[in-house]
Amino acid sequence: MTASASDNRAHRPRGLFPDRMLKAAAALAACAASATAAANTSNGYNLPIGVTQISRDIYGLHMEAFWICVGIAVVVFGAMIYSLVKFRASQGAVADTTMLHSTKVEIAWTIVPVVILVVMAIPAAELILKMEDMRNSDLSIRVTGYQWKWEYQYMDAGAGIDFFSTLKQDSNYARELHSGVDPNTVPNYLLDVDHPLVVPSGTKVRIILTSGDVIHAWYVPDFALKRSAVPGFINELWFKVDPGKEGIYRGQCAALCGRDHGFMPVVVDVRTPDDFKKWVDEQKAQLKQAAAATPEAPGAEAPRSAQALN
Amino acid sequence: MAQDLAHDSAHDHDDHDHAPTGIKRWLFSTNHKDIGTMYLVFSLIMFFIGGAMAMVIRAELFKPGLQIVDPERFNQMTTMHALVMIFGAVMPSFVGLANWMVPLQIGAPDMALPRMNNLSFWILPFAFTLLLSTLFMPGGAPAAGWTMYPPLVLQSGDSMPMLIFAVHLMGASSIMGAINIVVTIMNMRAPGMNLLKMPLFCWSWLITAYLLIAVMPVLAGAVTMLLTDHFFGTSFFNPAGGGDPLMFEHVFWFFGHPEVYIMILPAFGIISEILPTFSRKPLFGATSMIYAIASIAFLSFIVWGHHMFVDGMPMAAQLFFMMSTMLIAVPTGVKVFNWTATMWRGSLSFEPPMLFAIAFLFLFSIGGFSGLMLALTPVDFQYNNTYFVVAHFHYVLVPGAIFAVMAAVYYWLPKWTGHMYNMTLAKTHFWLSAIFVNVLFFPQHFLGLAGMPRRIPDYAVQFTDWNMVSSIGGFAFGASQILFVILIVQCVRGGQKATAAVWDGALPTGLEWTLPSPPPFHSFTVAPEIK
Repeated sequence: MTASASDNRAHRPRGLFPDRMLKAAAALAACAASATAAANTSNGYNLPIGVTQISRDIYGLHMEAFWICVGIAVVVFGAMIYSLVKFRASQGAVADTTMLHSTKVEIAWTIVPVVILVVMAIPAAELILKMEDMRNSDLSIRVTGYQWKWEYQYMDAGAGIDFFSTLKQDSNYARELHSGVDPNTVPNYLLDVDHPLVVPSGTKVRIILTSGDVIHAWYVPDFALKRSAVPGFINELWFKVDPGKEGIYRGQCAALCGRDHGFMPVVVDVRTPDDFKKWVDEQKAQLKQAAAATPEAPGAEAPRSAQALN
Repeated sequence: MAQDLAHDSAHDHDDHDHAPTGIKRWLFSTNHKDIGTMYLVFSLIMFFIGGAMAMVIRAELFKPGLQIVDPERFNQMTTMHALVMIFGAVMPSFVGLANWMVPLQIGAPDMALPRMNNLSFWILPFAFTLLLSTLFMPGGAPAAGWTMYPPLVLQSGDSMPMLIFAVHLMGASSIMGAINIVVTIMNMRAPGMNLLKMPLFCWSWLITAYLLIAVMPVLAGAVTMLLTDHFFGTSFFNPAGGGDPLMFEHVFWFFGHPEVYIMILPAFGIISEILPTFSRKPLFGATSMIYAIASIAFLSFIVWGHHMFVDGMPMAAQLFFMMSTMLIAVPTGVKVFNWTATMWRGSLSFEPPMLFAIAFLFLFSIGGFSGLMLALTPVDFQYNNTYFVVAHFHYVLVPGAIFAVMAAVYYWLPKWTGHMYNMTLAKTHFWLSAIFVNVLFFPQHFLGLAGMPRRIPDYAVQFTDWNMVSSIGGFAFGASQILFVILIVQCVRGGQKATAAVWDGALPTGLEWTLPSPPPFHSFTVAPEIK
């Protein structure tokens, strides 16, 4: 199962201090296949490149903007530092008090930034168009935020599957004030749930996002996805994980939603379409059993063909 | 301090005032200097109260797991830290500086509306007593963030009406302060001082005052709707009754974005005063500086949507708000370039105000760069509500706005007290602040990019290292500020006498340097002529 490798990849502990490095090495030793997969997610100080085309585009735009800023900083800070070094009163510098303004220079340093901004805005605008294209999705899932858990209701091929996803018990215990549990000993501390969202790779998954109480935000860094879950509103978003990038991807609620805002992680288990189909069939079989056990319960919605996924 | 100023001014020849003494001098004060002093002392106290809350936050985030406060208390700390710092520390400190300096810089005897001036200050201690008292109430202080988003804020207990009433009072105080500044600048300039000859600090405050008058009522309206939603059964923002929670965000940020510039434009004015003095060279492109401030103020009204990209917005709105936000980089860039050009071919010396001004230039620019990155809608989906945003706005507010206030205090304190301060202590304060503010906030960029959301009391273990670094920077930065208080107290109590021009070796320009230090109780009893 690739899940464990990716699992570790998403949470590769990173050390600044020697003792932390040792701990990190110990954690890595637990999962053998991790090292090769490390490149794809955040290295601890930069955005994750992620596992979707959109997340790679966003990473590219981020790096472009970053390098443009570095370039401007080199020029502007360079001029400042040059002044600080070169024009010191203590070194006998005499001020040129005739230097009051220069229309030419001022026009230049208004126009040049405009050009740089246009250069940045064009790819950004193109990317917005791409992200907003909700057409031709293969699987829709309704995600509802509650204080402090997520509900996942499948449509299309998964119709009828509906469950809540809450913080895993070991994290939930360790995070109590004065729990006495060292968070470093809890696997995926605060980022693990009882029932992750299961989705197929290589499939355009549409998320229909809303909330049952206050505003939450559904956030998975590796998909470059973050959108608010607003009560009374529906937000749409989509992602398509590259085939071969199956694994577990973790995020968190990203909008202050009350006391336990920090404790409602988002965990997505990406499987191959075949494994996903198996999972759907299992879930449906369980639903049928449950329905048979309680005859008075309304029957599950007629399952549609799972072919739609392929 | 009271006795000292009274003593000094009592000996002044120009002074023919019958000011009350003791507590009455302060309670009933209509004097711009006394009220300015009260504003500044008040904001310094609030800076330490808000700072203490920041220390709680940084201590809790020092390592994963909860050690000090429960999550509810943590949320109260982040909420109150923001409210106290924004409305209690930064805004009143700028109003205090305006009170002290606007009459001195335009050659007026006092502010135009002195009794309203008294009222606008004395509202504040009551507003903050209301707000801070919620910390000791059952259910605790407001915990829904300073942005007060419904429906979450509607879940607050007794703290909510206290918060809303406090916000109303702060708003009333700000509006009165702003009206006073506008009226003073428009009517009381010395003969011959036309608007384009007016010092940049007054210009930046004139524009800021209009922003305040425009947006504080919007905030008052928004919080009043929250109040009626909570207590009187309306459904402005409650979806169960057909209301719209996003409407609050729109209204709030229509206030909130100009508010951001309210907290930085006076800082631009201060920097534009200090850099020319210690570069011994007039401000480069003074007129374009004024147009740049005005452009930034105008743009601030049409960019609010960039706070809400993730909340769901039509594509056209995303494009509009992205591009309007990026446009702000143009006038802001003009300002930074002009400041750089002011230093270029100057004759620089590095007194404490200049040191803070130079740190402002570099560190505010870093906040500007991250602001530009945040403007890009697609990438904002990654940055939004992570520590990257926290790093961004703390870079513009701490080494931005607050360093500017400190620069202003170091620049004008000898003028106010008549004494020079301890230069070594001031420089020590500067270096400690400048170093640790970066240790505190720079790693937060990394945390945000690596995916740590803001406003969480506890975090996954891979975020530990940078949080530790940030906390250490925070404690050291907080402790360094005690030097600032020691320095001010020493300077008020005595020291080498300051001359009228204070910075004799440099090139201080402006009417405030023509008066003795400290200036007489009524600044200009006879209006100076400006050629």
